[in-house]
Amino acid sequence: MTQNDAIPAARRVALAREPGRPGVSGAVQALITDFFEQRGDRLCADDPAVLAGVGLFHGRPVTVLGTRKGTDLEQNLACHFGMPTPEGYRKALRAMEQAEKFGRPILTFVDTPGAYPGLEAEARGQGAAIAACLARMSTLTVPLIAVILGEGGSGGALALAMGNRVLMAENAVYSVLSPEGFASILWKDSARAQEACELMKLTAADLLELQVVDRILPEPPGGAHTDPAAFWRTVDTALRDELRRAEKLADPARHRQRRFRAMGNDWLSAGKETI
Amino acid sequence: MNDWFAARRQRMLRLKVRREGERPFTPRLSAAAPVFEQCPRCRAAVTRARWEKNRLVCPECGFHRPVGAYRRLSMVLDPGTFQELDPELAAGDPLDFPGYGEKLAGLRRRTGLREAAVAARGRIGGLPVVVAVLDSRFLMGSMGVAVGEKIACAAETAEKARLPLVIFCASGGARMQEGILSLMQMGKTAAAVTRFREKGGLYIAYLTHPTTGGVTASFAMLGDITLAEPEALIGFAGPRVIEQTIGEKLPAGFQRAEYLQEHGFVDAVVPRDEMRDTLAKLLRLHQKGGARRDAE
Repeated sequence: MTQNDAIPAARRVALAREPGRPGVSGAVQALITDFFEQRGDRLCADDPAVLAGVGLFHGRPVTVLGTRKGTDLEQNLACHFGMPTPEGYRKALRAMEQAEKFGRPILTFVDTPGAYPGLEAEARGQGAAIAACLARMSTLTVPLIAVILGEGGSGGALALAMGNRVLMAENAVYSVLSPEGFASILWKDSARAQEACELMKLTAADLLELQVVDRILPEPPGGAHTDPAAFWRTVDTALRDELRRAEKLADPARHRQRRFRAMGNDWLSAGKETI
Repeated sequence: MNDWFAARRQRMLRLKVRREGERPFTPRLSAAAPVFEQCPRCRAAVTRARWEKNRLVCPECGFHRPVGAYRRLSMVLDPGTFQELDPELAAGDPLDFPGYGEKLAGLRRRTGLREAAVAARGRIGGLPVVVAVLDSRFLMGSMGVAVGEKIACAAETAEKARLPLVIFCASGGARMQEGILSLMQMGKTAAAVTRFREKGGLYIAYLTHPTTGGVTASFAMLGDITLAEPEALIGFAGPRVIEQTIGEKLPAGFQRAEYLQEHGFVDAVVPRDEMRDTLAKLLRLHQKGGARRDAE
């Protein structure tokens, strides 16, 4: 692939969490013109951890969605360090509905440790909010391209990532849970996170092999944060290409359903010969 | 002839219930097995016969003990109507996770289950239905590839046969040992039940203790009707994780079935002795319209 092939998984996790890592705000600046941000879930609040809006991608109106970590401490706190609340997912849902209504393709950019685990988030139905996004994405008739930019943590990431195509930055990671959480659940020892990183198959190359992602976006040596402009050029080219192809799909909803219907099925057996 | 088959199936079901049913609660199945079993909550000594008769609900304090998948099916389905779907379905070990294969083999021996979910066709109150049940004794009912597939297949069977779908959820969430592919099952199951519902099918989600993580954030929260067992823990993040995040103790009753109802996420908290009648009533109410509407 590239010269960065031999980077260990734990190092990729660190790169994916790099504070200067390009995120959805960078994507909007670099790739989208005439952007209009949409705020609020129309129920009770606006969660800055999810960015939603409309803009032009090479002259074509698109809906842009992404999780946002914020760039200074104040923003970090407001965004719960990139962990959306149910209000964030409901804002995303609203943006999806509008994309459907106006026939706009959706581009999503994911960088989140996971959905926010808080008392109020639970009281307002974090699970239900994520489930609603998944259900809606499965039936959207407009194309949806998801890009995993940094951390793709758990259901909180998948809630914006049920794409017809899923792209992943070379040093991004995408997993069922953070390596710390994984180690803590399985071994009751979050200090074994490093070990978990190697086992979890969370790198772009692993996920390409598992057919969870479809395309890897190469990063500059040292990581995307060392030369964001170069990275965004790569993303731009890839997205143009993917969007062109996705718009030729006869039935994007069915395509997405089939894609996810097949997830993991290579490991299924109906017989008696399993492990 | 039909009667003969029905009787045979009933016997098979009974057998299965016996095979798996008594194990989780009494490891020693000998003549020396105790006649009394303490209620885990109120500590009342209750005879095993009484536990059985009371559907594993404590007659003293109303505590609902966990119920295995086959036993649950025997409680809700009309006798002799049980037909298991994809009984042999299982998945592999995509991460080569150390010890996972042995763990599965051990659980299969101990529980008589092949995986953490069982799906079946049957009847409730005379009305045909597809029922899937998650079993918390099998790796906390966690959802890996096989569980995701069972749920998706159950929804597809219900869609093809134009039957209502009932899913009893009981899960710690996505199965860690199968990594990212477990996460992808959220997409698979959410899409499958959504497709079924869009074709006019009635989907009843029945949340039992515990329903958390990736199962809550997918098919568990997508029911047309959502029921829950009393005091069942239902949530996305686990209470321990939340306590760590907010740095304080959680209020009593937080994330329990009654709390979810209060916050608008559950239609009704239904005690186990009303479970069958409630389901039968809902199926009757949807006989016309929902479940059998001709889609396409």
